[in-house]
Amino acid sequence: MSKINFLKPGKDNLTTFIFMGSFLFVISVIDVFLNSFFSLNITGFLPSSLSFIIPIILGFIGLYFIRIEHSGNKFLDQVNKNINTSNFNAILSLLIIFIIIKSIPPVLSWFVVDASFAGDSKDVCSGTGACWTYIKVWFRRFMYGMYPNAEQWRINLSFIALALLGSVGYFATEKFKKYLTLYYVVIYPFIAFLFIFFFISGGPIFFDFSYGIIAAVISIIIGFFIPSKFKFYYFIFVPITLYIALKYFIFYEELIELGKLDGLNWVETGAWGGLSLTFIISFFCLIFCFPIGMAFALGRRSDFPLIRYISIGFIEFWRGVPLITVLFMSAVMFPMFLPADFFIDKLVRCIIAISLFEAAYVAEVIRGGLQALPRGQYEAAKSLGMGYWRMHIFVILPQALKLVIPGIANTFLALVKDTPLIFVVGLLEIVGMLNLAKTNPEWLGFAMEGYVFAAIIFWIICYAMSKYSYNLEQKYKTER
Amino acid sequence: MDLKIQKIIPQLITVLVVVLVFGFFTYNAQINMENRGIDFGYGFLSQESSFDVQFSLIEYDGSHSYFRAYLVGLLNTILVSVIGIIIATILGVIVGVARLSPNYLINQFAAFYVEFFRNIPLLLQIFFWYFAALRALPLPQDADAMLGVFFLTIKGLYVPAFIWENLNVFLYSIIAAIIAIVVIRIHARKVQETQGKQLPVFWISVGLIFILPLLSFLIGGVSLSFEIPKLKQLATTSFKYEGGISLPPELIALTLSLALYTATFIAECVRAGIQGVGKGQKEAAASIGLNPNQVLKLVVMPQALRIIIPPTTNQYLNLTKNSSLAAAIAYPDLVLVFAGTALMQTGKAIEIVSITMLTYLSLSISISILMNWYNKKIAIKEK
Repeated sequence: MSKINFLKPGKDNLTTFIFMGSFLFVISVIDVFLNSFFSLNITGFLPSSLSFIIPIILGFIGLYFIRIEHSGNKFLDQVNKNINTSNFNAILSLLIIFIIIKSIPPVLSWFVVDASFAGDSKDVCSGTGACWTYIKVWFRRFMYGMYPNAEQWRINLSFIALALLGSVGYFATEKFKKYLTLYYVVIYPFIAFLFIFFFISGGPIFFDFSYGIIAAVISIIIGFFIPSKFKFYYFIFVPITLYIALKYFIFYEELIELGKLDGLNWVETGAWGGLSLTFIISFFCLIFCFPIGMAFALGRRSDFPLIRYISIGFIEFWRGVPLITVLFMSAVMFPMFLPADFFIDKLVRCIIAISLFEAAYVAEVIRGGLQALPRGQYEAAKSLGMGYWRMHIFVILPQALKLVIPGIANTFLALVKDTPLIFVVGLLEIVGMLNLAKTNPEWLGFAMEGYVFAAIIFWIICYAMSKYSYNLEQKYKTER
Repeated sequence: MDLKIQKIIPQLITVLVVVLVFGFFTYNAQINMENRGIDFGYGFLSQESSFDVQFSLIEYDGSHSYFRAYLVGLLNTILVSVIGIIIATILGVIVGVARLSPNYLINQFAAFYVEFFRNIPLLLQIFFWYFAALRALPLPQDADAMLGVFFLTIKGLYVPAFIWENLNVFLYSIIAAIIAIVVIRIHARKVQETQGKQLPVFWISVGLIFILPLLSFLIGGVSLSFEIPKLKQLATTSFKYEGGISLPPELIALTLSLALYTATFIAECVRAGIQGVGKGQKEAAASIGLNPNQVLKLVVMPQALRIIIPPTTNQYLNLTKNSSLAAAIAYPDLVLVFAGTALMQTGKAIEIVSITMLTYLSLSISISILMNWYNKKIAIKEK
């Protein structure tokens, strides 16, 4: 054994250094651990300022000792490479480890150990922990807003049905895959629209729903006999025409009777709320903002100067103002612009406002995709004799949209995170409901629990979406 | 001829539609306003506002005009945006660099921070800080002083105020220092180009910016003292601090959440920018004999900045626009004071909403012009 130079840990005294270094490091971690979990202070005999800094010094010396390059010990090399590359890094690593150890007990005790889950009144919540009873009692309000309890199955059923219909793409056979785009762009939004506005809203207009179903079924059956050349136009125009025809000319009286008999109770949109409203608004705004955004993206790249300037004006205007003022506008200014006897529901106004706002962002994202395509694609399409619309529908847009999937996903993520702003027009989705519940005199003082609950829900939704968009991006990357 | 018509007709139709829609709206607005007996005009701006605002940077009370109220709101918005942008930039750069750290713990910590704050709606974060976190602070009489002079209480943060004498001399000295630095920089560049010598510009600049203001204290008659907030009893259970500057909890909650939220996006921009500089660039710079500091300053940063700045500008714009969420927690910003209280009192919906929107538009446009100018300045100058 050679002479040990403590200022220069080296390979010669590897075992000594590893032993001493790990010992000091473990001691420092144990000190913090005992301190935070059992409030034991093993360095309590020292002055308080020193006892706070002792673990950091000990751990730092320990990490300094074990910082030996190419020691031959795989684990040690891994540790050094990852958390212990320099003095500065060592201190930061120590601080992070200590912060984690220090923060586990209070967080754990607030969330689980001292928290109250049982019961259904405020009395059980006297501890220092969270009061999850509050969430339990208010759960339906947070999910469905003021929607009557007895009718909430309608929301559940609609969402389940829409989720099932939305997953059709995964189970579609090869033959049906051709129509998937058509299905998702035209038919699915249409069904969703019927579901939400006639099933969730219910009431005397419920029978309209039946028209929709009948129109869809009849048009799909006839659709099989239509030559494929006209199928695109057929599916765009016929279902809607059929729907209107059914509604105004055929079966009118009979279906009114049917609707009255089996009619659902009407629930006004002011009573909608909670998380389900977040979903409804995000869903509709996504559907509407996408085509509008696409139109303005194309307009901004148009050869016609007037159309281009109008598009630029539209996009820059919406991008320059905050959403809250747009909602203000939809609430106080928009009714002034309409004929006096013309009333638009405030939920609809809200959806229009958010859709236009997000459309500007979508337009910019799609424009990015259009610009990223090589000129050759445009020229090749033109040389095949394709016109403007054919070129864009069959050649340009499919490629450009693939490119901008992450951008679109980000915009949609922003849209979901923006929905709480509808409190401006008096609609209460989950955050609005939290603020309402917070002021309930029976349940004062549980603001923290509510916000943490909503934060967890939003975090899960947004994180899952961002991961999904990342996966999509990776998938399409390999295909290109 | 045929081609010309083909080009004109779609444009004509579009313009016609736009004009018709706008015409429809104005026509209805006219009729509606006539029916309700409201007249259109911006004359109300000079009328007496007769409402109070609880936090204002300029002197304001109910006897001032609506225009003054608008200025109060605008200044409050700018205040929040500027503080928020500064904090978010510092935090964002630190976190962005930390995400590229070879230290596993540090980059995971930074990644956790980004993923956590980015995926929670900003409004929820503002509510959380304002209604849950800041409400847990002590009452004024129970508050402990931080560093002896800061008092963080449920009623806000109290910080000492600076009391200056001959402030203008101090400001002149700073301006003089900046001018001197610019002159020295130009001179140093000339020296480098003609003689190849490098002057220690950085240390000279640091020296100047400290020494000149210091001189103004010593010989310019400038003096600085602090006014430390003092606890004062109003009634048996009611206390407040007097003196110093008080920052209302709304301001703290708003800046904190805006900065924490926007910093995550800036961190991602910074990370993408630094990663976007090719490894070969660093190696090439090292191989011509630059030291690590020079590599960072002369090679990596100029290229990274080029990638970082455009998306970061967008984030600054977003922060400014998001500051309008202040209305949710009653921080008297432009939206709350003007589009809220003033609109409620005057009923001039169209005028007030249009002014508010135009203000935000011009704020956005001015930030983006400023940033475009900077972006152009640092862009690659191809020969």
